[in-house]
Amino acid sequence: MAHDVEVSMLRAARTERVAIPQLSDTFPSLDLLTAYEIQAEQRAGFGPLVGWKLGVTSRAKQQQVGVDAPIYGFLAGDHVLDLGEPLVVAEHISPRCEPEIVFVIGRDLSGAHVTATEVLGATAGVAVGIEVLDSRYTDYRFTMPDVVADNASAGRYVVGTPVPPHGLDLRLVGVVLELGGEVVATASGAASLGHPAAAVAWLVRELAASGEGLRAGEVVLSGGLTAAVPVSAGDVVVATIDRLGSVELACR
Amino acid sequence: MPITDAPGKARALYDARRDRVPIAPFTDADPTLGMGDGYAVQEQLVDLLLADGDAIVGYKVGLTSKPMQRMIGVDSPDFAPILASTALVSGGSVSLSTLIQPKIEAEVIAVMGERLQGPGVGVTEAARAVAGVSAGVEIVDSRFEDWRIKLADTVADLASNGAFAVSSRVVPLSQVDTRLVGMTLTRNGELADTGAGAAALGDPLLVVAWLANVLGERGIALEPGHLVMTGALHAAVPMAAGDVFRAEFDRLGPVTLRVVA
Repeated sequence: MAHDVEVSMLRAARTERVAIPQLSDTFPSLDLLTAYEIQAEQRAGFGPLVGWKLGVTSRAKQQQVGVDAPIYGFLAGDHVLDLGEPLVVAEHISPRCEPEIVFVIGRDLSGAHVTATEVLGATAGVAVGIEVLDSRYTDYRFTMPDVVADNASAGRYVVGTPVPPHGLDLRLVGVVLELGGEVVATASGAASLGHPAAAVAWLVRELAASGEGLRAGEVVLSGGLTAAVPVSAGDVVVATIDRLGSVELACR
Repeated sequence: MPITDAPGKARALYDARRDRVPIAPFTDADPTLGMGDGYAVQEQLVDLLLADGDAIVGYKVGLTSKPMQRMIGVDSPDFAPILASTALVSGGSVSLSTLIQPKIEAEVIAVMGERLQGPGVGVTEAARAVAGVSAGVEIVDSRFEDWRIKLADTVADLASNGAFAVSSRVVPLSQVDTRLVGMTLTRNGELADTGAGAAALGDPLLVVAWLANVLGERGIALEPGHLVMTGALHAAVPMAAGDVFRAEFDRLGPVTLRVVA
């Protein structure tokens, strides 16, 4: 592989649970294109591909880091937490949780001009989800190419029960994140790129550049809707989204 | 210990409102002033404004989110009457010339259907007494220089209330989960912030219950038709002439305001 050194540095950080300095410190020429290549080379190490995740989908976050587009990462078998399965904190470096709207894709969708409307048409269901981020970099300090190479900080994720998307305005659904029974953040669906389906459409258009697309049965985590909250053993995280229900994650 | 010169402080705020010239925070001269001192000034100020022919149309509750409470260093909300003269029309405009240093916030507004008075009001009693909820915005403003407020200052200054607008649509509680109702605030078509009802004390109905109990200690009741502004669902956004703000709530609809000079 073309980027064995970078891939093995990231793998070592993950398996030994020791954060590393950002790759761009060692490789100052790291750009987004190279970063997505590094990301793609890691796919095989995580089991079968099950979907995708979006990152940096809020305008506030984009302005903060000085970019005007989101990023994406892949989700594979090793990222999945089943309903009721606890998050084992010790298996991670510095996990943080955020609520997301999860799309379950009903039929293949690809193309460089796909819009939110087509995404909704190809969606079998939408669900509330909790994504557990875990940066392999010290204190989540990274440039955009760094975080792309690190698979957009993907850690684990859990998905609630999907409901059909028809008749839902995902822009306006209320989102509540609770930690230990206390409300820590709220939002509405619009927090991801103005509309979560628009975020998924962006992903489809980006994937088209490398000849890929969404497959029926895949899931897409459409972007964090609140700031991510750090978790430790003993914490219980609950994400609730109006009309979609809630999902709970216990941290051990 | 009673506050020094509550009537004088109320008069200073009254003049600051009328002249739109901010004054130094009361806590600059006396850092020991607390919540009780603030309410003593607030009562006198409200009396002055009512004597001018204004009327109380409900109450606002502030400091309903943990981040705001931490910022001011308190662990409970505050409240102030809202006055008929500060009502704006959704779809209309708000003039900066009537305000000092305004910011805008989207809030769930509860409309009382029945009289409600504490003590002993819980969320169930609050839900029974509320006719429904509406989309709203509050324009907060401070009559103190540069928003340099401590608790006693903001309580005295009508909890920094400036103006408000409420949607004409009152949605019964059977049709909306006040905890989960989602909200987007856009400024000139661009998303400024989002939130959900739970940002206000965990549930806007808990805010109504809190208010009824606190007012009850003072022998005051929430009356049918009173509005209760249940607290901001996001960080307040500064306003400039030419801005168009739209707060849209799931199931409750929008409130729109144009900002003019």
